[in-house]
Amino acid sequence: MMTETAPFRPIEAGSQPANDTPLYRSTGLRHPARPPLRIPQTVTETTGPRFRPVQFGPIADLSVVNRKQAVGERIIVRGRVVDEDNRPVPHTMIEIWQANTGGRYDHPGDQHDAPLDPNFHGSGRVFSDADGWYQFVTIKPGAYPWHNHHNAWRPNHIHYSLFGTGFGQRVITQMYFPGDPLLALDPIYHAIPDQAARERLISSFDINITSPDRALGYRFDFVLRGRHATPTEQG
Amino acid sequence: MLVATSHQTIGPYWHLIEDPAWSNLLRFGAEGDRIVLTGTVTDGGGELVTDAAIEIWQTSPAASDGFPAFGRCQTDATGSFRFTTLKPGPVAGLGNAQQAPHVAISIFARGLLTSLTTRLYFQDEPLNESDPVLSLIEDPARRATLIARKVSDDAWHLDIRLQGENETVFMEI
Ligand SMILES: [Fe+2]
Repeated sequence: MMTETAPFRPIEAGSQPANDTPLYRSTGLRHPARPPLRIPQTVTETTGPRFRPVQFGPIADLSVVNRKQAVGERIIVRGRVVDEDNRPVPHTMIEIWQANTGGRYDHPGDQHDAPLDPNFHGSGRVFSDADGWYQFVTIKPGAYPWHNHHNAWRPNHIHYSLFGTGFGQRVITQMYFPGDPLLALDPIYHAIPDQAARERLISSFDINITSPDRALGYRFDFVLRGRHATPTEQG
Repeated sequence: MLVATSHQTIGPYWHLIEDPAWSNLLRFGAEGDRIVLTGTVTDGGGELVTDAAIEIWQTSPAASDGFPAFGRCQTDATGSFRFTTLKPGPVAGLGNAQQAPHVAISIFARGLLTSLTTRLYFQDEPLNESDPVLSLIEDPARRATLIARKVSDDAWHLDIRLQGENETVFMEI
């Protein structure tokens, strides 16, 4: 019987980026030089916060502000949150943030010379349903320059933050779009050693999510770390 | 079997999801032993890290509708974070072990492709001597990177160093 306090299984080799990734310049002085200390998973690591929509209100449509439509290509993103055993993760919170259609964040630190859109803020929050499904509506984000190297542009992407059921499942990631030529040049995307793991961050166009006369649909699933079968197993 | 989704950096613009209220874990009305936890984050060049997201999670006191047991705070222009929460008590460890009062910390920032995990312990807690995680660290100077300094009756301070001299002990779980 799987319990929600059983320890998490080890991280699959090659599936996670190394913090020491010289091609991504900002890692230089920020990555720890020493290897991490492997610690046993106690209740601190195996459990985690719960967020309820009544205290953390959902924002499932980023494409409208004050009932006014944002500029850009409206899209629907839909998918499932599951764990490594393909068990749905129900009622879990997903935080969302992104640039507008011009590749500009509604953020004081973003100095990119692309227009802000008064009808687009670019942050949202949704919860998976009882079967792990989530969905939201937004504007397809634009690419933007980021000065990591000469002529550096981030591929179109949406940022996500998920909590899952335990501290050890916490993940912040980015979703990309199929066919983006900038992916081949992006050191953040390529920091993930395993190609298959990298490619799982690319959403897929889905005609069944696409809404007639309204918006294209993209499918993107999240997989959170699986747990050992018994509470005492450590690995 | 599926493989867990890869992490990517939180980037410099994560404040779009920031809510300063989240740094106050008492905002839903929890009562008890109120404490303030402050700290700074510096990089391997000794520069302040002014765009990080610091998250805390504690299993004591237990989470409830009135106490989220979870908080998030940005590091500000002085590289500092500040939480208001309840003082944790001892926490059950594996087997018969008991853990000293502690708070789990996750650090996200531009330049970090995956989160960094560490723990905050409290100066002068007798249980620190026998804590099963602190005991894994042989070098007392390394162990000290996890122990917050008591700055007043109800406030503790921890400086986190991402790299280099006095580098904080980060953990893999
Ligand atoms: Fe971004």
